[in-house]
Amino acid sequence: MKVRVGLGSCGIAAGALEVWDALHDSAAPGLEIEKQQTGCNGMCYQEPLVDIIDDSGSVYSYGRVNPQRLEEIIAAHQSGAGPLAAYLTATQDHDGDFLSRQVKVALRNCGHIDPESLDDYRLSGGYAALQKALTLSPQEVIEEVKTSGLRGRGGAGFPTWFKWQNTRTQTAPVKYVVCNADEGDPGAFMDRSVLEGDPHTVLEGMTIAGYAIGAREGIIYCRAEYPLAIRRLSLAIQSARQSGLLGENIMNSGFGFDIRIKQGAGAFVCGEETALIASLEGERGMPRLKPPYPSVRGYWGHPTNINNVETFANVPWIINNGGAAFAAMGTEDSKGTKVFALAGKINRGGLVEVPMGITLREIIYDIGGGIRDGKRFKAVQQGGPAGGCIPEAHLDTPIDYQKITSLGAIMGSGGMIVVDEDTCMVDLARYFLDFTQKESCGKCVQCRIGTRRMLDIIERICAGQGQPEDIGLLEELGRQISEASLCGLGQGAPNPVLTTLRYFREEYEAHIHDKKCPAKQCKALIKYVIDADKCTGCTICAQRCPVRCICGDKRSVHHIEQEKCIKCGTCLEVCPPRFSAVRVD
Amino acid sequence: MACNLQTRLEAALDSDTVDISLIREVLDYYRHQAGSLITVLQETQAIYGYLPMKALLVIARELKLKPSKVYGAATFYTQFRLQPVGKHLILLCQGTACHVNGADRVAIALCEELKINIGETTADGVFTLDTAACLGCCSLAPVMMIDGQAYGPLTPDKARAVIRKIYSTTTAAAGKGETT
Repeated sequence: MKVRVGLGSCGIAAGALEVWDALHDSAAPGLEIEKQQTGCNGMCYQEPLVDIIDDSGSVYSYGRVNPQRLEEIIAAHQSGAGPLAAYLTATQDHDGDFLSRQVKVALRNCGHIDPESLDDYRLSGGYAALQKALTLSPQEVIEEVKTSGLRGRGGAGFPTWFKWQNTRTQTAPVKYVVCNADEGDPGAFMDRSVLEGDPHTVLEGMTIAGYAIGAREGIIYCRAEYPLAIRRLSLAIQSARQSGLLGENIMNSGFGFDIRIKQGAGAFVCGEETALIASLEGERGMPRLKPPYPSVRGYWGHPTNINNVETFANVPWIINNGGAAFAAMGTEDSKGTKVFALAGKINRGGLVEVPMGITLREIIYDIGGGIRDGKRFKAVQQGGPAGGCIPEAHLDTPIDYQKITSLGAIMGSGGMIVVDEDTCMVDLARYFLDFTQKESCGKCVQCRIGTRRMLDIIERICAGQGQPEDIGLLEELGRQISEASLCGLGQGAPNPVLTTLRYFREEYEAHIHDKKCPAKQCKALIKYVIDADKCTGCTICAQRCPVRCICGDKRSVHHIEQEKCIKCGTCLEVCPPRFSAVRVD
Repeated sequence: MACNLQTRLEAALDSDTVDISLIREVLDYYRHQAGSLITVLQETQAIYGYLPMKALLVIARELKLKPSKVYGAATFYTQFRLQPVGKHLILLCQGTACHVNGADRVAIALCEELKINIGETTADGVFTLDTAACLGCCSLAPVMMIDGQAYGPLTPDKARAVIRKIYSTTTAAAGKGETT
């Protein structure tokens, strides 16, 4: 019997290490249990995850496992009683199946193999694509990628083959392959999952790219906030070198290629190619004007091909299965599959990989299981800080690059944050603007000062001091910032505001004209009130109030002193549900 | 005038008590590798826990860079800090999923529990409270990371409990260290 424990960062955060440690004690004496660690299979909502693979090879997936449950599960399997139905992920997954609608290409190995074992990767077909690619000519490799229709998965969606071709045709003797692993979009974690769960596939994809464009060196620019990813990548690089899969004369082909890791230092703008290169060179990460593109003048002036983690993870599959197989999935404009990071107010949050062309509704309801706590869907924020909010009316839009853009959002790296009726769209726009404003590198005036001014306006709207002309001002500033900024950060920064103005204008108007926050989130526009008919004077709220602004004797109606209240919401949270005496006005 | 200023600055910094010999090895290793400034800063921070001004000046001198360039990089990236941090670094995630799931209420609770604001260190030097743009554990939102370990999903009370547990372990260990 084999026991597989998901040890990605998210699994570890949910307590998977305790489960892993408990494995030592769980086996009945005399029975062999093979332990295997693995990455995340995407079912983050059921972490920690454990798979039991019995001697016949059947796989049973268990969710929300803790050491005690693990003991029960293993005992059930060892005693021959069979799987413990109550803890199976499928049983806990009440109405529907998270996995059945998915097609795994980039995530094909995540959650199945031991990311720290080269043998495991090879057993699941790893490095076969590199071997095959080395028998083709570099141009044939590029043609295969062209046939696949693969577009960059990091944000802009540029055709991958075109970048490769451009770098290949440069005559310079020294070229570089760079993997952009600076996953900075708040709400996107697919790259982390691939790096933690299947690091070799990224190395293999990069090596194939190196062969295709004629580079001998690759660099992975990985954010320092992903320590586990960096550790597993380093291990993977070491073992690939030891087995002759990196270094000189790979697989006796005469082709040599090596990869090193460079840690980012925390700057969102470094996801932009030219800023990333500046950072690699030890400079502040500030973008520059393009052209020349990095494929012409990149790292230290040499032609440099930059792709994102998920893009590279697709490459070995494409070489193995053929570009046509990849292109058979998806839509006219967008081929293959895309990984989305589903999070927010959703029942089943996690990583989902689906063919392009699936609708937002299918992802959110069929796979994600709809909105948590029976609340009403309000919007999905697609594409990170440069993306936009898509309302319910457009949920049946098939997802591809073009259609998402036409709605005012972007594909981005695939972050999908679902929000419900309790989320204030003005506050959400403020949140993103606050982010881009802080992350603006300061090079372009419109981005540096414009985002600051937009944020000032939105903050005053949230504070109940909005003025009638503010909406027009926001739109005008947004347009100017988009037009006059050099890179995607500035160009996209106004998007969250512009899309919420487009689809949720009435919420802005309520804040400005009626001084009301319809979602009851903006602190300046709400107050907490104790309902005299419901309050029994249990004193819990008064005891827990951090600023002691609730008064009232035991067993008599309590009262909140509004002047002192900081609107932290503790009273609402602690009031026992059988009373529900605290409400928000 | 400018030179005079620089001399005075350097003199002031020379009286700093930071032991510069700790980063000699790092400097020697990277001295001839172009573009290694950020890596050098990262390794320096790993040694001191922050970037002392004196170290920045030495790095500039040794790597033959302008001090303004070193200072520019050190203040551009959010990873770098110019002030010492507490024994335990708390990074409260500010990601979108955390935001819509109540990260601000966790922040209020943490500030209240530690009696500091975000970006500050407790008087006893045990905790520094800071934020991170996104820790990538969105399904566990709201999340915080302490010394590389992520905790989630948090409520204000759960966050307080985590802090108290770490605090008691730390003080117990410190007490033990004193008696032995």
